Amino acid sequence: MLGIDKKDRNLLVVVAVLALAAPFILNPFPAGSELAQFNAGYPDLMQRFVIFGIFAIGFNILFGLTGYLSFGHAAFLGVGSYSAVWMFKLLSMNVLPAIILSVIVAGLFSLLIGFVSLRRSGIYFSILTLAFAQMSFNLAYSVLTPITNGETGLQLTLNDPRVLGSSATADGSIPVTNLFGLEMRSTYEMEVGAWLFQFNAGYYLCAFIMLAAFYLAMRIFRSPFGMMLRAIKTNQTRLNYTGLNSRPYTLAAFVISGMYAGLAGGLMASMDPLAGAERMQWTASGEVVLMTILGGAGTMLGPVLGAGFIKYFENIFSKINDSVLHGWFAFLPDGMENALVTIVHPFVGKGWHLTLGLLFMAVVIFLPGGLIEGGQRIAKMFKKKKGSSSDDDSEHSPKQAPHVAE
Amino acid sequence: MSKTTLTRRGVLRSGAVAGAGVALPTIFTASSAAAYTNEPTGSTVTLGFNVPQTGPYADEGADELRAYQLAVEHLNGEGDGGMMNTFSSKELQGNGILGKKVEFVTGDTQTKSDAARASAKSMIEKDGAVMITGGSSSGVAIAVQGLCQEAGVIFMAGLTHSNDTTGKDKKANGFRHFFNAYMSGAALAPVLAARYGADRKAYHLTADYTWGWTQEESIASATEALGWETVEKVRTPLAATDFSSYIAPVLNSGADVLILNHYGGNMVNSLTNAVQFGLREKEVNGKNFEIVVPLYSRLMAKGAGANVKGILGSTNWHWSLQDDASKAFVKSFGTKYGFPPSQAAHTVYCQTLLYADACQRAGTFNPCGVGQALEGFEFDGLGNGPTLYRADDHQCFKDVLVVQGKENPTSEFDLLEVVEVTPAAQVTYDPDHPMFAGGQLGTCNPGA
Repeated sequence: MLGIDKKDRNLLVVVAVLALAAPFILNPFPAGSELAQFNAGYPDLMQRFVIFGIFAIGFNILFGLTGYLSFGHAAFLGVGSYSAVWMFKLLSMNVLPAIILSVIVAGLFSLLIGFVSLRRSGIYFSILTLAFAQMSFNLAYSVLTPITNGETGLQLTLNDPRVLGSSATADGSIPVTNLFGLEMRSTYEMEVGAWLFQFNAGYYLCAFIMLAAFYLAMRIFRSPFGMMLRAIKTNQTRLNYTGLNSRPYTLAAFVISGMYAGLAGGLMASMDPLAGAERMQWTASGEVVLMTILGGAGTMLGPVLGAGFIKYFENIFSKINDSVLHGWFAFLPDGMENALVTIVHPFVGKGWHLTLGLLFMAVVIFLPGGLIEGGQRIAKMFKKKKGSSSDDDSEHSPKQAPHVAE
Repeated sequence: MSKTTLTRRGVLRSGAVAGAGVALPTIFTASSAAAYTNEPTGSTVTLGFNVPQTGPYADEGADELRAYQLAVEHLNGEGDGGMMNTFSSKELQGNGILGKKVEFVTGDTQTKSDAARASAKSMIEKDGAVMITGGSSSGVAIAVQGLCQEAGVIFMAGLTHSNDTTGKDKKANGFRHFFNAYMSGAALAPVLAARYGADRKAYHLTADYTWGWTQEESIASATEALGWETVEKVRTPLAATDFSSYIAPVLNSGADVLILNHYGGNMVNSLTNAVQFGLREKEVNGKNFEIVVPLYSRLMAKGAGANVKGILGSTNWHWSLQDDASKAFVKSFGTKYGFPPSQAAHTVYCQTLLYADACQRAGTFNPCGVGQALEGFEFDGLGNGPTLYRADDHQCFKDVLVVQGKENPTSEFDLLEVVEVTPAAQVTYDPDHPMFAGGQLGTCNPGA
């Protein structure tokens, strides 16, 4: 079924189960307990997990397969967001046309930037994409204010024309984004004992799109086209000497990953109808590079994992303040409590960058293949115990891009 | 390697799986019994303090957070009560809000709209915050205000000076205590005319984004009304750190006043550059060259050091004010943290108290009830004299301070001195003033 082999199918099923059961998996601690601080199962963060997952999957098609390191992918995400919000302002609050337009616009934009940038490779390519993205950011931040609303970000107002649909609801507020009437923000709350699980319509839409995106990426990885991209990564010069023109392939990969970014941007705007220029800043472009490397570049699942990790730190660790710390260590004698709070303090709250940085360094130094490599090593340890040490990766000899299926 | 073999059965099977998947989310539809978003049902109520803890405004954010913690202490009846004792409304009992103990969660806006909204959302969706407050830049404040309107919670804006916050981007669920660019212009212009004369040529350097533009527009129109001429308006990129190339043309433009529409690090750098170029010793058109910084804060004055001496600007509040309320606030803040509060700290402290008081008077946390209690509310005793929370645009109208950098500071905090207290009447404008037109409050949204 679906044109993928058994191993890939299993992986897809695992991802699907994880995505669909996320409201349970991410809320392991009862609401109201001290550890509830670490729960991530609320709609906004879950949406961010999968949306940035899509972004990273797309980035990985370019970076993981061809080895071209783009430092400007956030520009496509931003362009997608702006297109989506304009669609909400002008056409209707249905998310479908918005998402479709954002993918198309991001695709065209990446075609343009890719066509210019891909004339160079390596560091020059990275710098070119970075320059284009910063240019887009600055344009959006000030020059193009009539279109982007500058620093404030593009928001819906009560005066939007909205051809299909109304400018304002009957009670005088701005209508909300929906999918054929199903409101993206509608959430079903389920209380099980002390636990509270939230099932959000918007999240499930994102999750299904992420699964589709994941599946598509999987097909690309396994296709002859994907093999050609890997050939470019391994030795582009040799490829050129065999008489092949690699440009169309890299450009196609660039546009595909730009469209993934646009999709992510469109989804972000659909969940929360706002598009700000910061979305295009170089830090945002750097973030997706970090996500991919942290998770494991060139692997299927890695980028999604990396995206989840970074968003978790940004949203959960940044909210741990001193009073929360005092709450945790309250059972200790005063002196020890204060000492412990002082030790932990620099790593949480406003120090979340520090913790993330340390984690990133540890991963790069000890697990060059990313978090996925960590998983593989653990799996291998168990396998060895069972006595079967044969490498079942013979299909991909003569190796050595990290195996793509894990 | 893939092989694409489409069989009738395979297509049917895939289609069925996809169809079932698409149908699944419709099982979950919203159902909620609460009257409004995050109705507090236990013995506590949670407020969300959303401030920049990293990024360019981290200093302001840290000071805001200190003030929030102080306000929570006072609301819960700990500490010396601060401005609760001087506040003209006596509804607050020191037993929390409506008998519920006040708890809070904090978040990092990173001075980015996206991060700020993510943080505010997690407070609303995960922590059950019934009110969000904070912000150290107008872009963030406007973005979060829009979110709170959508989610059905009250937003009490912190440090946001752009006209748009209560102008074209105003929202029924959002309230601002801080003054705005128009008020800066209206307060500053008469003082400038009195000091420097009515026949001046002004040169504007403006940070190239929404706040800078509204400020430039406000100051230019206020000074032009008094006879000044605007020679040139130059936009500087926000990321600029060296303004030398922008300062040099000022000398040849024939202007005799430089107005720096910059904030934070931008202002520190541009002012330092301007002073290093010797602008202040220059004589143009037979008059002494002057520099004006329309929006001042103590933290900025600290950054610019000796360069601020004698330079005029406006501010929302300053710790050296001698009324009872300001003294009480400075005392309790100083006792807890060891230094005087900034204007950012003052405005967020006031906002927290005003919110708590409005809940108390409304007898509910329902955003619509609280909004009604705040609209048209007149109060005193929070350090700015008699103040009105105008119903038309949810903006506070109060006296504005014109300050200048002190010539002989006695401590590292004693950097500004109050030149004039401009009465509220002079900075009041019509709700449909052209600089504020174009937006609508809409109706209050209780969510749920």
